[in-house]
Amino acid sequence: MSLTIDMETKNDVLVVRLRGELDHHTADELRSKVDEALKGPQIRHIVLSLADLGFMDSSGIGVILGRYKQISARSGEMVVCSINPTIQRIFEMSGLFKVIKFRESEAEALTVLGVA
Amino acid sequence: MNKQNFMNLEFAALSQNESFARVAVASFLSQLDVTMEELEEIKTVVSEAVTNAIIHGYEDDPSGIVYIHVSYNDGLVELTIEDKGKGIDDVGLAMQPLYTSKPELERSGMGFTIMENFMDSLEVATGVGSGTKVRLTKRLSFRAAMQN
Repeated sequence: MSLTIDMETKNDVLVVRLRGELDHHTADELRSKVDEALKGPQIRHIVLSLADLGFMDSSGIGVILGRYKQISARSGEMVVCSINPTIQRIFEMSGLFKVIKFRESEAEALTVLGVA
Repeated sequence: MNKQNFMNLEFAALSQNESFARVAVASFLSQLDVTMEELEEIKTVVSEAVTNAIIHGYEDDPSGIVYIHVSYNDGLVELTIEDKGKGIDDVGLAMQPLYTSKPELERSGMGFTIMENFMDSLEVATGVGSGTKVRLTKRLSFRAAMQN
């Protein structure tokens, strides 16, 4: 099983929806696709929707932190939503929730960023 | 069903085999009454150790071989993941949360921390130039439940 990446722009928010498995093998594709989308200067924030992400390891943490750094350099925010319990524990261990907000649903995540 | 069992696996140090390795180990352990949560934890740990072997042990040289040994004995799972790569110079440093020798690759430095958190024990045997062997154990909860 690999990773499927679905992206959508809503105002200044890039919504990234992941399906499948995020590991070292699939992290490169996610990195290059998001970086390509971030070339659009109107994008300030990222919503990372993980409802259909079945697996993630620390390679996922690395690529998420890398995108967070880019977004925060533009004074933007990253909001993550819909995480399964094992992945949530990996986020907690890594201290990611100290810098990245968490919301239950994509709609709530978008509300935080001012997109109705 | 026999309470003792083992399997060995060896494969090329290619990133596409990370997924194969964790699914193969999970499939082997599915013979046991293992919970979904335990299986997810073990899959994550296999992924971390195999990724380390590929990225750090073999530095992405696909001629390298990753070796996995999995056994269980009465609900105690033992997992060994080994490479014959370059070894770790300073294991203490490598195991520090958030430390990575390859920050340019956006590595999080959380691999060993996740292994320690998801398993009951972790031992690392390594030698510069000879490779790294990570031995992990985990006692499955169904055993604990039956003893209570």
